Amino acid sequence: MNEMSKTILIKPIFKENPIALQILGVCSALAVTTSLQVTLVMCIALTTVTAFSNLFISMLRNNMPGSIRIIIQMTVIASLVILVDQILKAYAYEISKQLSVFVGLIITNCIVMGRAEAFAMKNPPIPSFLDGIGNGLGYSLVLIIVGTLRELFGAGTLLGFTVLPTVANGGWYQPNGLMLLAPSAFFIIGFFIWILRERNVEQIEKNEFPMSAHTAEKGAH
Amino acid sequence: MSSNVNSVANTLKIALILCAICSVVISGAAVILKPMQTANQILDRNKNILIAAGMFDPAVNSNADVASMFERFNARIVDLDNGTFLSEEEALRLGLDPLTYSEAAAKNDPMLSDALSGEDDVANIRRRVKYATVYTIDNADGSFESVVLPVSGYGLWGIMYGYLALEGDGNTVQGIGFYDHKETPGLGGEISNPRWQAQWPGKQIYDAQSNVAFEVVKGGGPGMSQVDALSGATLTSRGVENMIAFWLGERGFGRFIINEVKG
Repeated sequence: MNEMSKTILIKPIFKENPIALQILGVCSALAVTTSLQVTLVMCIALTTVTAFSNLFISMLRNNMPGSIRIIIQMTVIASLVILVDQILKAYAYEISKQLSVFVGLIITNCIVMGRAEAFAMKNPPIPSFLDGIGNGLGYSLVLIIVGTLRELFGAGTLLGFTVLPTVANGGWYQPNGLMLLAPSAFFIIGFFIWILRERNVEQIEKNEFPMSAHTAEKGAH
Repeated sequence: MSSNVNSVANTLKIALILCAICSVVISGAAVILKPMQTANQILDRNKNILIAAGMFDPAVNSNADVASMFERFNARIVDLDNGTFLSEEEALRLGLDPLTYSEAAAKNDPMLSDALSGEDDVANIRRRVKYATVYTIDNADGSFESVVLPVSGYGLWGIMYGYLALEGDGNTVQGIGFYDHKETPGLGGEISNPRWQAQWPGKQIYDAQSNVAFEVVKGGGPGMSQVDALSGATLTSRGVENMIAFWLGERGFGRFIINEVKG
């Protein structure tokens, strides 16, 4: 693998992480991270869809009429998502039941559409495919961290195996109920972004709307 | 991009070709995978019936055991208004087959279900099916060893679907299992926890006057008809209580139990 392919693949994991830097795809990051197993399947599904939609859209890019560009992208993405959903229902029924609507909602996941429009429309198929995998992995990294923390502290288990025996099951650990609710994912993602931006200072955005200095009121009295 | 690519003819051509390819791929996948998906759904349903009847332990048994264990069950359709089993001719006339009949589909069919008005709708399910599939293990003398009833009721976030297994007396609970619900994991979602479900076997649904006495109460209570509510999930617990009150009552399986199970 040459240098450039490597960069395309690795960059979206830390440097240009779709969730942490581009703040895309946060919706599903909140919804499917209560248990690690479901999280992993969602990560595989999203990475597959992003990679292949990038590949196909890049192959079509030179023949794509500008007026129906977005519709073509949506058609390709939607077809891939339905395909993934059908395969999950046939081969991983229990997990597809838990993921329920969220597989279908990959269609609206901003990462897929965002990468198709931003990268695949301008680059050849192979780099586009790698870019899709890279962004899928970047998304997966954040989801796996969030999923691990939420399942461990919310239910005391990891992948269904008991790590911290909970009080309800006769152990000592009092599970943190907040971890099982969506807001906890916001906190964890927030901390993740904070740590990432401490390490990669160039990611810190310029303050676009600085507050002006407090001025003394004149003539008010 | 040349103007050729953006011409109307090319736009139409690309759109048509893309739609044709995508639809062939999608429908092909749907047709090829359909048998496996249906098998999965039936397996899942049968497994939940076995779990409710206390015959299947996920820690011990695997999916491979489901088919042989399920052979003991007979599936028959019950007319909820009359409270009797539907005869084979009647089922044929209505086009209902216990193996394929789905309460979920019937609920949207005005021929097979009716709307519930506010007061009757204890379990907040809006529509009630007229027919339901009941799974039984029959004894030689015509009585039942086990009767498994499909139940559903609104919890906190959505309708909870499950099976309630009763003993042959039509009163003593054998077990409960939920196969679909949207309750909060860790709080209301604990209705799926085997430790909570373990309180159910042996409880009595009805009191001496044949009224539904089953309750889900905080702290459990000493009664033969009470199970402990889930902490932090008052609305889910209330939903489970309402679900039992509705489905074992007059408009649910109440008549069926009097006519066919107890009788």
